[in-house]
This record gives sequence, structure tokens and C-alpha cells, in this order.
Amino acid sequence: MTILEATNPVDTAETAAKDTIKMKEADLNEAATESDHKTVGDCFVENPKFSVRDANVYYGDKQAVFDVSLDIGENEVIAMIGPSGCGKSTFLRCLNRMNDTIDICRVEGKIELDGMDIYDSRLDVVPLRARVGMVFQKPNPFPKSIYDNVAYGPKIHGLVSRRVDLDEIVETSLRRAGLWDEVKDRLNQPGTGLSGGQQQRLCIARTIAVSPEVILMDEPCSALDPIATARIEELIAELSENFTICIVTHSMQQAARVSKRTAYFHMGKLMEVNETQKVFTNPDHELTEAYITGRFG
Amino acid sequence: MDSLHLDQHISQQYNADLEKLRTALLEMGGLVEDQLADATRAIETADGELAEKVLKTEKKVDKFEIDIDKECTTILARRQPAASDLRLVLMVTKAIRDLERMGDEAAKIAKMALALNDDGESPRGYVELRHLAAQVGKLVNVALDAFARFDVYAAIKVVRDDKDIDIEYRSSLRELITYMMEDPRSIKRVMNIMWALRSLERIGDHARNIAEHVIYLVHGMDVRHISPSEIEKQLEKQR
Repeated sequence: MTILEATNPVDTAETAAKDTIKMKEADLNEAATESDHKTVGDCFVENPKFSVRDANVYYGDKQAVFDVSLDIGENEVIAMIGPSGCGKSTFLRCLNRMNDTIDICRVEGKIELDGMDIYDSRLDVVPLRARVGMVFQKPNPFPKSIYDNVAYGPKIHGLVSRRVDLDEIVETSLRRAGLWDEVKDRLNQPGTGLSGGQQQRLCIARTIAVSPEVILMDEPCSALDPIATARIEELIAELSENFTICIVTHSMQQAARVSKRTAYFHMGKLMEVNETQKVFTNPDHELTEAYITGRFG
Repeated sequence: MDSLHLDQHISQQYNADLEKLRTALLEMGGLVEDQLADATRAIETADGELAEKVLKTEKKVDKFEIDIDKECTTILARRQPAASDLRLVLMVTKAIRDLERMGDEAAKIAKMALALNDDGESPRGYVELRHLAAQVGKLVNVALDAFARFDVYAAIKVVRDDKDIDIEYRSSLRELITYMMEDPRSIKRVMNIMWALRSLERIGDHARNIAEHVIYLVHGMDVRHISPSEIEKQLEKQR
């Protein structure tokens, strides 16, 4: 028996539960709903890729995102974390107008990509979504061959005219997604026949095949095992040399591992944005602290 | 209970684990405080038995260090602590190192007590020793208290008071050296006291380290090698 075991009162957990006043979730939520809410940390960067100002998002009468202002730097990996329903995915989907597909969804405020207002009514969303690609939680390859999955985007966007060019794009994209060696001998087999991790990398290959500038990832690893997750994270690190990446994740360790900056959302509000190292060692906001240390969920 | 909300995790077991770390560190600190008090008293009263007791306690202190270290490793591996929890675990791994060294120094003082019993009483230095020991004992106490209460101001006071102890130590040394020059036959015996004084001064340094860890724990600020007034300035800036 160690000294610690010998000296530790048996019922520490019980007494701790009984005798202390809990930091009530309601109190914390009250802190979050203050009307003069202001995001702490560094929201803005020089020469941002994305510049979001006072974004409000509504689903019908219900407001899901409140006054979010945030810059996302070029070739930066930014992670968005927060409890379920905090608006982080909704916010992410605003960045390539994915919310347009939901009828009752309304987006207010200014969202600019390289200084261009992406909610301009004259803007065509198809090229926008080519510039700002997206990877979803569940790998969703088309029910087509591995080759066609990657070739589809470049074809419909008219990026290539010759078969050899298309071949090259498919190979480069699969290589960049770290999948080439595993699939090069079976490009004509269906993409749905791959393992979960491979399917997700196929979706990433499909996304980067149209040469986007930004990749949005909505919990890209939550359906994957730790090894497939590690591959994707490694991939994120490599891709960040050429792409701006915004990742929504429920895994705080993942946010800590892959991102340069971390944004913490709470009840639709952006509470804190800071360098990831700072967020995970000494966050500025008490709600960030409470969330990342598991004091409420 | 405290400003760090150690007891407010969703996981009760996690609360208990962190609380256990805190309690264990304080217990280890208590042992070292006893060692220090006993060792200096052993010199003053030429009490060989008390000196032996100090040497024996050192084994307990060492075991505390190993056990707490193990507990920290377990928490790091199983909980992946973040923010203040992470700072607490990091701080504890460092603080136990300091406490263990303090225990070593206390044991050295006890050995000097035994040496004085063998070589004969020193003609000088007891007053200086008592004086410095009282100051250092207080310093250790305040440092541990600062940890127990997560009290940054107490911690800054420790950093500041350690400077006074260094000054006191140097002036005692000068005095004893002068005495030895006048009476070279006393060198061996006075040296025993001087070694004990040196150990006291080292213990003060370790207490200051612990105080600096407390400031890191509470504010996430690394204040090593910074003057107390600079620390206060930085704290003011953070507020």
C-alpha cells in the first residue's frame, strides 16, 4: 500500500459531493447570457482569409448564433469547441453557406472570404463551395468508384478537359490525402467498400481535388478509431501548409493536438478565442476553463 | 473550498484524485517542517536521538515523493488534465522535488548535529543558527500555507522574505569566518555550524520555489528568476 492510499480518507468523493456548493450550471449559463457579452482573447488577425463580423444565425424564431466576430488566418488551423448545441457547427456551416439548404435558417452579419461578401445575393454558391470545401462527421463517399469519387468535382467544375489531367488530379489528391498507396490498384472499385478511416480520407481527397482554399471539417474523426484518427490528424497538419482549415470537434485533445488557435462556443456565443496552447493551459474565460476541465458538460 | 474549484468536476473520482494530491503534498510538507524543526533543535540541544529521528523521517519523505509522483503520472495518463488541473499536477510534481530536497537539507543539518556531538560544541554560531532557523521555518510554513489556500500574496511574501534570509545568511557567514580567523583551532567545529546554516539557506530557496509554483498554479504565470516587485506588476497587468 502506498502512503497516498493510507492517508486518503475513504469517503473523499462523497464528502466532496455533499459538503461543497457546486458551481451551478445555471450560474455559468447566466454568465454566458449577459447582454454585454464580449469575446475574450484575440479574435482578429492580420490579413484574414475569413473575416466574420457580428454574425447572427436563426432557425425560424430561435437564434442559434449570437454576434460572432472572428477572423480566420490564411493557412491556419482553427478548432471550434464547445458543448452540444453551442452553435459551433451552425457557425462552421455559415462559412460556405451550407445553411442555405435549410429553409428556415437565416444568417445576418458580414462574412467575407478574402474581402468578398459571401452572402452577397449575386454570388453563386457553387464556386464558393469549391473554394470552401467541407468534410462531414460521417464519411459519405458517392456510390461510385474510388476514382470517380475524386474525379467528380474537377469534372463538374470543368477544371480539366483531358483524361490524363484528370488522372493526375485524382492521383495527387489521393496522395495528399494519404490514401494513394492503399487504393492505387483498385481505383475502379466502389468507394463505399473502403474502411471508415479510408472512406473519410477519400472524402478529404474528393474535397481537395477541386483545389479549395479552405477546408471545413465537422467532427471528421468522431466515427473513426484512434489509428484512423491519428492518420487524419497527421493529414490535417500536412494540409495546413496549403489550406486554411476550420475543424469542429468534440475531442478536446484533438483540438489541442491539431489547431493553432481554439475558439470556445457556449450557448451560441463565442466566449473565447486564443492560441491553443493558452486555451489548454491557462484560458481567459471561466466557462472555457469549466468546459475543458470537465466541470460541466 | 478554494478558488480553483478542484471539487467541481463532473467526475467525483477526479475531484477525489486531485484533492488527494493536494492533501498528500501538504502532509509531505508537514513532515519536512517537522524535520527542519527537529534538526535545528538537535543542534541547539546536542540531542543525538532527535538527529537520528530526522534521518529516519527522510525515508518517509522520499516515499511520499515517489507515491505522489506516481499519482501525478496516473492522473496525467488517465485524465489528460487541462488548464488549472494541468497546472496543479505539473506544480505538484515540481513542488515534491523541492520538498524532497528540503528533507535532504534537514538531514544534513541533523548530520551536523551528530558531528558536533563527536567534535565538540562550536564556540560560536548557535545564536545565528537559531535565528536563521526560525526565519526559514516560518518561510516554509507560509509557502505551504500559500499552497493550501492558493494564496498568491502569501506566495509573493515568501519570494520577498527569501531575499532577507539570503542577506542574513551571508552576514552570519562573515561573522563566523572572522571568528575562525581569530581562533583557527575552532575551525572544524564552527564549520559544522556553517554547513548547517548553508542547508538552512538552501531550504529557504526551495520554499521560494514552492511559492513560485503556487503563483504558476493560480495565475498560469511563470515567475522564476523575476523580482517580487516585477511579479506584482505582472499580476496587476493580468487583472
